[in-house]
Parts: sequence; C-alpha cells; structure tokens
Amino acid sequence: MLKGHQSWLFENKPFIRSTATVVGPFEGRGPLAKDFDIVHGESMMGQKSWEKAEKALIEEAAKLAIENAGLTKEQVQFYIGGDLMNQIISSSFAARTLSIPYIGVFGACSTSMESLALAANLVNSGSAKFVLAGTCSHDSSAEKQFRYPTEYGSQKPPTAQYTVTGAGAAIVSMEGDGPVVTSATIGRVIDMGIKDPFNMGAAMAPAAVDTIEAHVRDLGIEPGYYDLIVTGDLAKVGYEIACKLFKKHNFPIEQTEYSDCGMMIYDYETQMVQAGASGCGCSAVVTYGHLLNRMRRGELKRILVVATGALLSPISFQQGESIPCIAHAVSIEAGREIL
Amino acid sequence: MANNIKKNLTRVQQEYKELAQSVEPPRPILKNFIRAFIAGGAICLVGQAIQEMFVHWGGFDEKKAGDPTVAVMILLSVILTSMGVYDKFAQWAGAGSAVPVTGFANSMASAAIEHQSEGMVLGVGGKMFKLAGPVIVFGTVAAFAVGIVHLLIKGGGGS
Repeated sequence: MLKGHQSWLFENKPFIRSTATVVGPFEGRGPLAKDFDIVHGESMMGQKSWEKAEKALIEEAAKLAIENAGLTKEQVQFYIGGDLMNQIISSSFAARTLSIPYIGVFGACSTSMESLALAANLVNSGSAKFVLAGTCSHDSSAEKQFRYPTEYGSQKPPTAQYTVTGAGAAIVSMEGDGPVVTSATIGRVIDMGIKDPFNMGAAMAPAAVDTIEAHVRDLGIEPGYYDLIVTGDLAKVGYEIACKLFKKHNFPIEQTEYSDCGMMIYDYETQMVQAGASGCGCSAVVTYGHLLNRMRRGELKRILVVATGALLSPISFQQGESIPCIAHAVSIEAGREIL
Repeated sequence: MANNIKKNLTRVQQEYKELAQSVEPPRPILKNFIRAFIAGGAICLVGQAIQEMFVHWGGFDEKKAGDPTVAVMILLSVILTSMGVYDKFAQWAGAGSAVPVTGFANSMASAAIEHQSEGMVLGVGGKMFKLAGPVIVFGTVAAFAVGIVHLLIKGGGGS
C-alpha cells in the first residue's frame, strides 16, 4: 500500500523466512566473521575467473537460503537479484543455474534493499508465496571492471573503499516466522556533482539522507522509532558527511543509533581498507548476517536499513560525468516469536 | 580549470562540494613523499647492485651492463606481481614503486594476468597494453616534440 509520497507499507506483514550469507577470506578475518554462514578460504572459490567466482558466491547463498527456509527451488516463485557486473551477469547466470523465474534489477550497491523491497511487495500483494532476493559483489571483479587490474600497483587515496567479496540472500514469504518487513521507501536519484570514483561515500551520502528523511516523513514517524538506522556503504567519509547533513537539516538522528555497514565489516586497525567497505555484498551480508542475528537474539527490535548505490559506469566517469546516486530503505522489525 | 568545474555546478552542489571537502581526509603528502623516496631509492639501489654484479662477475663493461640489469629488474617485478606482492608494496610505496622499469613491467604483467580469462588474443594480447599503452604513445609523441625542438636549435645531423 502506498504511504506518503514514495513509501510502501506492508500491511500483510511479509517475513524474512530465512537468510544466507557467503563471504571471502578477507571478510572472514573481519570482526563480523562469526555472523556469516560460509567463509571461503580462497578468493577464487575454486573458479577460473573473478566473474565466475562472484557467480559462485550468489549461487551458493541462494541455494543455502532456500535450504534454510526448508523449501526446494521449485517452490520459490521468483528470484529478484542484481549485482555490479556489466549486464548483471552474476545474478542472471546464477538464475540460469537456479532456473527460478527471474527479475533482474540494477541499483548498484543499493540492490540488496531494492530487491528486498520488491520481494516484500510481491509477497504482500499476493503475487507470490516465496520470493528469493539476493545480491553479490567481489572485490577483484569490481576492481577489474571499474578500476585497475587487481595486481597493478597503484596507491589508493584515504577516501577509497574496499569492495566486499560476499553474497547475501533472503527468502521472503507470508508463511513462517522471522523478522517482519514492515515498510520500504524507494529513493530518488541524487547527484551532488561529485566526480571522484575514489570517493563514493561523499557521492552517496546525500542520497542516503534524502531517503531517510523521506521515509520518516512518509510514515509519519520519528527517527527514534528505530533502535538502529544503518546506511549501506558510505564508509567513514560518507558517514561523517551524512551526520553533518542531518544536523544542517535539523533532522533528529540523535534519537536513534545511526551506523554504517561499510564501517562494521572490516577492522580498520589490521585490514588495509582506507575509508571502509562498499559493494552490493556489503549491506547484504551485514544485514542478513550480523543485523538479523542481533535481531534474532533480541538485541534489536526495529531497524531501518538504507542501502546506498552509486549509479556510475566505467565509461561515464572517464567521460567526466558526475556520479548519480540512490538509496533504498527497508524497515525490518522483530517477528512475533520474539515479541 | 578548477573554476571551470565549479561553474557547471549549481549553488547547492557547490555548497555540498565544500562540505564534502571539509570532511575528506587529505592525502598524507609528506608521508607519501618520504615513502616514495625510500622505496624508489631502494629499487634503484637494487638495480645498481645488480649492475655492479654484472660488471664485476659478468664480464660486462659499464655501458653494456645496463641491458641485462634492466632485464633482471623486469623479471623481479613480474615475479613479484604474479605473487600478488607488488600491489601491496605499491599501496605503501606510492610513486616510489612507479619508477620506470619495475612499474612499467608491473602495469603490463598485471593487465596480462587479469585479462587472461578473456583468452590469449583478445585478453592477454589485446589488454596487456591497457595501462602501458598510453605511456608509450605519449612518450613517443613527447620524444617527437623534443626532437623537433632539438632540430630547430642545434640543426640536423644528430650527435
């Protein structure tokens, strides 16, 4: 049901029936390692190319999510997914293996919440019983496509971010128990004229702020309604800018705890990640792994996950275009079994 | 240049750019200078040592020892690149690791390794010069320009 200008309220309370997270070795050395279902010891995942490794990640996460839900893939009506690769090959190729009717979406790193919002909407409206939503990213395939060859020796500035190698998937359904997807806000594309692809946090921060403010306005609530509001992958620089923007707009973010997935997954002391993490996989594995685990333990009751995406292409920034950005927010609340 | 870029932005975008720049951590320039000096100097020292070895034990004279030295430096760089060490060293060393021979070899080897998955012809062959190509192109263009200047000032005939 449309609520306000750009938000959906899911009055039938679709559940996240199961989740699965698969990550690479570098994420396995980070502070959230114990929250992930599978940690690979090797970043090639036994595949022949980085692209194939990324596809293997999402295949594995999708299969595990279906298994954790106690379903077979024939019972899942739709798979909604996307990733960072040109023509979203990782998701489409995984859909070929899964042979579940597939809706491919592209929202760059906001794909995690874009796909979850759409899945919840399909289930809420009765268009499907079980929907799989998932996304993935791989550090090396992203470096190869957007930046330089992985082994090329170039020095990254302190604003650069490290793409998460990982995939997260969730099954949304009406039957079962688990965290409830209560509402979602679809973001506008915001471009504040930032052109530096090594400073994604600064480019994306205004989009995140815009979506969070729209969400609160549309639903007629205060930020304090949530125990935690997290943005997807703004990392240190973008997070600090977002805080300043909230202050400038007199938005009472201090009512709640505000954090960023891109600052949680790696250890700044021991891992060389500059400003923090990014990538589709970042918000997906932190939300489906770490945050939902905290919710299942009863530490969090209501969270708002705002996945942020930079909608640039390797060609657009070489042609000197600025970086248009987007953010999608999904509100997740603890299920009946906990309350 | 900077003013041109600013002109294309709206007032809100300009304001935002200033806000973003105030938060952005600056590149640690002094630290980068010192590291580049140490790393670049160390690479050259290794090169010099290898050259001395060729002169003392290889039977080369001072001039000819340069060629095998370059070959050894390229080999070392390619080995370190394929072992996945050179990029980590470069993040620390910055411009120091870009000193001509080893940096150049790294740019070619890394592109060749990366695009191997697209096949020998279009992948390795076609993409190997992705990063090194511009250096060769503009190096040649610059040499041509300098050559013309040399010709105009000193006249033809070369050395």
